[in-house]
Amino acid sequence: MDRAVAIALEGVHRTFRSESGGEVPALAGIDLAVAAGEFVALLGPSGCGKSTLLRLVAGLDRPERGAVRSAAGRVGMVFQDAHLLPWRDVLANVALPLELLGRRPAERRAQAAAAIEQVGLGDAAERYPAELSGGMRMRASLARALVTEPRLLLLDEPFAALDELTRMALDDELRRLWRAAGLTVLFVTHSIGEAAYLAERVVVLSRRPARVVLDHAVALPAERAATLRAEPAFARELGVLQDALRRGAALP
Amino acid sequence: MSTRTLAGVAPPVLTFVLGVALAELVIRALDVSPLILPRPSAVANAAIREAGPLGAALGQTARAVLAGLLLSSTLGVAAAVALAASPFMKRAFYPYAIFFQIVPIVAIAPLLVIWFGYGPRAVVAAAAVVSIFPVIANTLAGLLSVDPALADLFRLHGASRLATLWKLRLPWALPYLLTGLRIAAGLAVIGAIVGEFVGGGGLGVVVLGAMRQQRTDLVFAAIGYASLLGLALFGAVGLASRLALRHWHASETKR
Repeated sequence: MDRAVAIALEGVHRTFRSESGGEVPALAGIDLAVAAGEFVALLGPSGCGKSTLLRLVAGLDRPERGAVRSAAGRVGMVFQDAHLLPWRDVLANVALPLELLGRRPAERRAQAAAAIEQVGLGDAAERYPAELSGGMRMRASLARALVTEPRLLLLDEPFAALDELTRMALDDELRRLWRAAGLTVLFVTHSIGEAAYLAERVVVLSRRPARVVLDHAVALPAERAATLRAEPAFARELGVLQDALRRGAALP
Repeated sequence: MSTRTLAGVAPPVLTFVLGVALAELVIRALDVSPLILPRPSAVANAAIREAGPLGAALGQTARAVLAGLLLSSTLGVAAAVALAASPFMKRAFYPYAIFFQIVPIVAIAPLLVIWFGYGPRAVVAAAAVVSIFPVIANTLAGLLSVDPALADLFRLHGASRLATLWKLRLPWALPYLLTGLRIAAGLAVIGAIVGEFVGGGGLGVVVLGAMRQQRTDLVFAAIGYASLLGLALFGAVGLASRLALRHWHASETKR
């Protein structure tokens, strides 16, 4: 398959300075190319530098060495937890990116309403974050990321705080949205099962400083449903990823 | 009145009534001189008999307190925004803000009279000087505690500094500011009355006059009026914060 490159990282290094003046390397020479339209999961242990990688791709941070190129166009981002503005209702929260981009009010409202509909929150548009469940808040956050019709969607362990059932529902929702909109998705997670279920391709990162341990194309059908989790093919994928995570944990 | 409101109001009213009754009994039993400690009934008597002048003085003090609070909240928020602009600004100027916290208003009130002359302007200035620090400190804490993920989101969509301030940082700091205002409201009453001792007018002058005439009952009555003013302001800020934060802040929604 020959697809345009959406994101390219070449020899990316990023080091943080700690309070005591010591240096904490987060990324040590990451090479990664993501094709347009791909669904890639970044799998690694907690605190390994995955979020740093995502912020670099979003252009919110710069590497000390190496290059980050993104030809993806508009970017949408979903964080750990929903991070909604508590003083705005769902509609105004979802419309926020359009507001910051200077779009007209009528256009903002129409597009925000469409995005809310898209994530299945239609009847909660006028409710405030404090009145929503965790899953609904995350749906609103997803709608906010989709409202600008991004070409690249970055997600940083978005469903980690949700209960298992809600999380599975949102996994399915996300895959459906990805297939419908044809966008590029970079999904950071520490869950082996979530990475295997969601992505076409899983990049396994080592413990800090993050290096690529395995770049693996997931051998599962494009049409995925909850029953897939019980099949041998799925278990095989889990085994491969788990093995790579172990190797990453053993690296010096 | 709902049972919940009643449950909230009844205990403090009950303790007040019991406390006053106890004071009345003890003062009568020990036969304390009314010059030292007048009986609550005598104070109530004075408060009603002198309601005309006390009410006029209260109005004057209340106007000065409100003007002082308006001044300290406006300047305080502006100062907090400036201090939050960069770590350098905070390091360089925050120590001077603390000056307002530690300055004894009694010592500075004569200076305010020298600068602003006798009359309400010096009193307003005194109310503003004592009430500005909690506004600065709380608003600054709010501005600096903005959720980093939300700050990232604003940057991702190319928000200007002004848009980020207006749509994220100031609303984020609002509950902190309102907490600061609750403290500031009480302090402004103190500042205004001390200001009136030196600059003239209002309840401060009533207290001074009553003291010179050895009318301890009237001193207490004036203190009562000043307390009512403080309580009313405290309640007004509380009400404003309930209205402003009714949708979103845990301190107001989870009741």
